[in-house]
Amino acid sequence: MDLYEYQAKELFATHGVTTQVGKVVSTPADAQKAAAEFNCAVVVKAQVKTGGRGKAGGVKLANNAAEALEKAKNILGLDIKGHIVKKILITPAEDIKEEYYVSFLLDRTNRTFLSMASVAGGMDIEEVAANTPEKLAMIKIDPLTGVDNNKALEISVAAGIPGEVQKDVAVLIEKMWKLFVATDATLVEVNPLVRTNDDRIVALDGKVTLDENANFRHAENENFVDTENVDPLETAAKAKDLNYVKLDGSVGIIGNGAGLVMSTLDVVAYAGEKFGGIKPANFLDIGGGASAQVMADGLGIILSDPAVKSVFVNVFGGITACDEVANGIIQAIEILKSGSNYVQRPIVVRLDGNNAEEGIRILREAKPENVEIVDTMDNAAARAAQLASGVK
Amino acid sequence: MAILLNENSKVIVQGMTGSEGKKHTERMIKSGTKIVGGVTPGKGGQSLEVAGQNVPVFNSVQEAMTATGANVSVVFVPPKFAKAAVVEAVDAVMPLVVVITEGIPVHDTAHFFTYAQKSGKTRIIGPNCPGIISPGLSNAGIIPADITAKGSIGLVSKSGTLTYQMMYELRDLGFTTAIGIGGDPIIGTTHIDALREFEKDPDTKAIVMIGEIGGDAEEKAAEFIKANIKKPVVAYVAGFTAPEGKTMGHAGAIVSGSSGTAEAKKVALEKAGVKVGKTPSETALLLRAAIK
Repeated sequence: MDLYEYQAKELFATHGVTTQVGKVVSTPADAQKAAAEFNCAVVVKAQVKTGGRGKAGGVKLANNAAEALEKAKNILGLDIKGHIVKKILITPAEDIKEEYYVSFLLDRTNRTFLSMASVAGGMDIEEVAANTPEKLAMIKIDPLTGVDNNKALEISVAAGIPGEVQKDVAVLIEKMWKLFVATDATLVEVNPLVRTNDDRIVALDGKVTLDENANFRHAENENFVDTENVDPLETAAKAKDLNYVKLDGSVGIIGNGAGLVMSTLDVVAYAGEKFGGIKPANFLDIGGGASAQVMADGLGIILSDPAVKSVFVNVFGGITACDEVANGIIQAIEILKSGSNYVQRPIVVRLDGNNAEEGIRILREAKPENVEIVDTMDNAAARAAQLASGVK
Repeated sequence: MAILLNENSKVIVQGMTGSEGKKHTERMIKSGTKIVGGVTPGKGGQSLEVAGQNVPVFNSVQEAMTATGANVSVVFVPPKFAKAAVVEAVDAVMPLVVVITEGIPVHDTAHFFTYAQKSGKTRIIGPNCPGIISPGLSNAGIIPADITAKGSIGLVSKSGTLTYQMMYELRDLGFTTAIGIGGDPIIGTTHIDALREFEKDPDTKAIVMIGEIGGDAEEKAAEFIKANIKKPVVAYVAGFTAPEGKTMGHAGAIVSGSSGTAEAKKVALEKAGVKVGKTPSETALLLRAAIK
């Protein structure tokens, strides 16, 4: 789960990482008011969960409250890489002497944690890594021993932080690590970490990604759930504990197991090339033990997407028994038909594995409306794509 | 022969008395696995009647190992307690620990993985995986045993259901061993570890490798194959249509920026001489062609 800058900074503040919390507003008038309260030059920053805000015009300096009003008008509503700016953060402007970079992250390749740090902050860190790799220190962190003040100093020195502030930066680095562990983060990044003219060290920006698997020990994470910028179908699916991602095609997909569903999306997209570029409309993994209710919930979500022209139910029965899946499909259609806004769409079903023959027999006998059984994954994908293209 | 798991493997189940643990212990016994005990703290001394067999329950992994000579542990304990369970198994010097549990915080996995690595004595498979099966010999985890039988193909996969699908596609050939390594960002056994073992195993004639989006494990495996594997390897990668920034079910299945895409993995594998199928069925055809 990615956090907004202002949320990251709130976490920084509670964990002793020096920052400017500032004020979050969503109207130009409130931006003006906030700037007037600070009574100094302020920075107006778009709150979006993507990089490159500065280049996109989402970060502006305002010398006074009137300017803050104007800048806020320009930034609110801006489209930054598909993210519409709905909130902006107002913070007092700092007198910056130098800009650094520090992060902690999950290092999948080495199966451990990593600290990256550089004296060349304030710019895209990928560019630093590509153009001046000698300026980017990458230090492995042992998950068992973590970062104490010696390790933090090692990172600070390796990054090339000037001697007179090396220790102050190290203090902040150690606190960032403590935050990383305490919040179960997979990324804590500060860019830029600034040295002010009076030699204070301040986290001027912040990026934090939290591990949702750890939500059971972080009740507070509920506050970070983004309800505004999420697809309504994804929200509805989440409420029913379904793993759903909205995509932009027209074949609704239901399957069991993340890998098989990902594979199903690909197979449908390949098959769809023959029908003018038909694509999958969603990812939906109903997991093991697909009960009638889960199948009904899944089908319900998919059929409430007006872009869906056909549905492909692709199940390989491992633990899940296909006869239960078949009964689930039949009951799901009954449940949906009794609802008020049920719109029929053709459903292509492929069942293999545990009790597949029995499942197919059940479907053939019950003959639920608009359901076709196709024998293999590839053929079923082709049929679903064909149906979505309008061919009967 | 098979890799990592065979007819001599003595298996205990951590979390056997829970509902998932019990259900799968029964399935494992029915598929011929030597289940010698279960571990549930506080329930030591009891026994559990599973599939017509009386399975003793122990308070700790150490107790279970001393009493039974167990050399494999399958972990079903919930995410909250998984770290402690694996650390306990490492402390008891359990050679192989298969962590089925889904949803373990990655900080916990980083901890127990590093702990096991430092011990130098314990191999971990998983977490968030279906486990490992050597058909006809032993089954440690939740892979259905009735899809196929003993044969000559080795399979290593990030995904559970794609493991089953591929075993089904090649059911006439059968498998020496199939390993589901799991889809989490940190896993104990990688594609490379499995490839190395399959290369050494005289009964494995060819290898199928299944990857998915996220991380660079497939790219690393490609380099490894080029340098070290003589046996035919074919591959399948899932997630070509996955958009950037969206997690596709597995915590590890996310494309971030330009890295971790299915296309990049396919290109890397093909550069290493590995044929990559567009679909599971095409991958099965490639494998058949490779062993002709």
